Amino acid sequence: MQDEQRYQKLKEIIKIYLPEDVSVEQVGQESHFIEELNINSANLVDIVLDVEDTFDIMLENEDMEQMQTVQDALAIIDKKLQHKN
Amino acid sequence: MGKRVVITGLGVCAPNGINLPLFLSALKKGDSGIRFHQELADLNFACQVAGKPILTNEYINRYFTPLQRKGLAASGLIYGVIAGTDAWKDAGLGIAPKETPFWDSGIIFGTGILGVDKFRESIHLVDAGDTRRLGSTAVLQTMASGISAYLGGILGCGNQVTTNSSACTTGTEGVLMAYERIASGKANKILTGSCSDSGPYVWGGFDAMRILPRRYNDRPVQASRPMSASAAGFVPGSGAGALVLESLESARERGAKIYAEVKGGSINSGGQRAEGSMTAPNSDAVRRCIEEALKASATEKDEVDAINGHLTATAKDPVEIRNWSMALERSGSRFPYVNSFKGLFGHCLAAAGSIECVGSVLQLSEAQLFGNANCDDLHPEIAALVDESRIPRKTFAYTPKVIAKASFGFGDVNACVIFKAYKD
Repeated sequence: MQDEQRYQKLKEIIKIYLPEDVSVEQVGQESHFIEELNINSANLVDIVLDVEDTFDIMLENEDMEQMQTVQDALAIIDKKLQHKN
Repeated sequence: MGKRVVITGLGVCAPNGINLPLFLSALKKGDSGIRFHQELADLNFACQVAGKPILTNEYINRYFTPLQRKGLAASGLIYGVIAGTDAWKDAGLGIAPKETPFWDSGIIFGTGILGVDKFRESIHLVDAGDTRRLGSTAVLQTMASGISAYLGGILGCGNQVTTNSSACTTGTEGVLMAYERIASGKANKILTGSCSDSGPYVWGGFDAMRILPRRYNDRPVQASRPMSASAAGFVPGSGAGALVLESLESARERGAKIYAEVKGGSINSGGQRAEGSMTAPNSDAVRRCIEEALKASATEKDEVDAINGHLTATAKDPVEIRNWSMALERSGSRFPYVNSFKGLFGHCLAAAGSIECVGSVLQLSEAQLFGNANCDDLHPEIAALVDESRIPRKTFAYTPKVIAKASFGFGDVNACVIFKAYKD
């Protein structure tokens, strides 16, 4: 249940960065941010900041480099939240 | 002899009118955009009045995508995008298809300094050791060419896309740069204009120089008094103006509406020699600029029907009038009509030239001359040179054929452009 909530929150963040011709319905767990969702690579840093604000965590440079797909992002969020607790 | 160049689109985001119809109506009726700003009072500004376009979030959202809106804090960029896209649309032009830009359309859109509020935000983050939290648009919103870059992307222009900067001359200089590029055949359409940020961080330096009026905080509408004996300094302003310049053949081919023709003009500098300095113009250079503008545009001195001056409402206004009088060899009742729109919206700094060029061109297309505000007490040195009838206080019907528009800027730089009513 918690996983689903996090996924929905993440989708909500991603939504604004999608180009006009990609709808939020096309976002799946396996989606690659740049290659499949066509998100401008410059905006990945903004997604990271939004993730930090939404989940109240802090991502390291290595985390950012690993964050290529929606699934990667969820895994990083999961790991950070576990460390926090 | 280069190609003929005409104006086919106008856009504006000014303190007294955030779009072309509102701006036109305000100029006709003499509506002021100068207001008291509590923010300036709270910061102990001596001058607490300013000209600033009033925009709602809903209005801004019409011009920017939600993603562009995110973290957008560069007010000049907002004004510039509004004025620029309005002008483009007014010219009846669409945006480029997804895969290919308009190779023959360019952008020359100037500014003095861009995104000051965004820069302030960034400075606080950097000083707190939080550089990683600046986000992806801190650079785009604060680089001077951010404005031409945003407009270039929105419209899809593939010709020269650049930003010029020459203080308060910027907008008028841009019109001439665009004119030259089209006249020489290097582009067939250029969106030109300029924008200037609002707020205390832009205006503070001028307040510190004590060149802004201090006694009008309770009477904002009366604060900007070009050509008057009681002129007490310029009222700081902000906003943007934009013009689409196009080769006559391109405009004809697509049946575009033509506001006026750009006949040419001149750009120069006084080199901060003689009485010229960083902040004051060398009169010899001003006169040469006007004379060369006439020569370049094959305009006789007697053909100039009206002047839209730089006339900021400082003690230098009589000097400017004297320079026009000497350069045109005209005085008394033979002097052209002269006006300054700054009485209604203040001195919009880098945006001044473009906003005032838009107003000047409207005088040609509307066959009206817009009245001067706040100069009932004409400066005696001006009255000695120019007959009062040449300085209209109220808007009146008149069909000028030639209007000369000049702007002067810090650094002792000048620009003068000649607009002419369009005839086949």
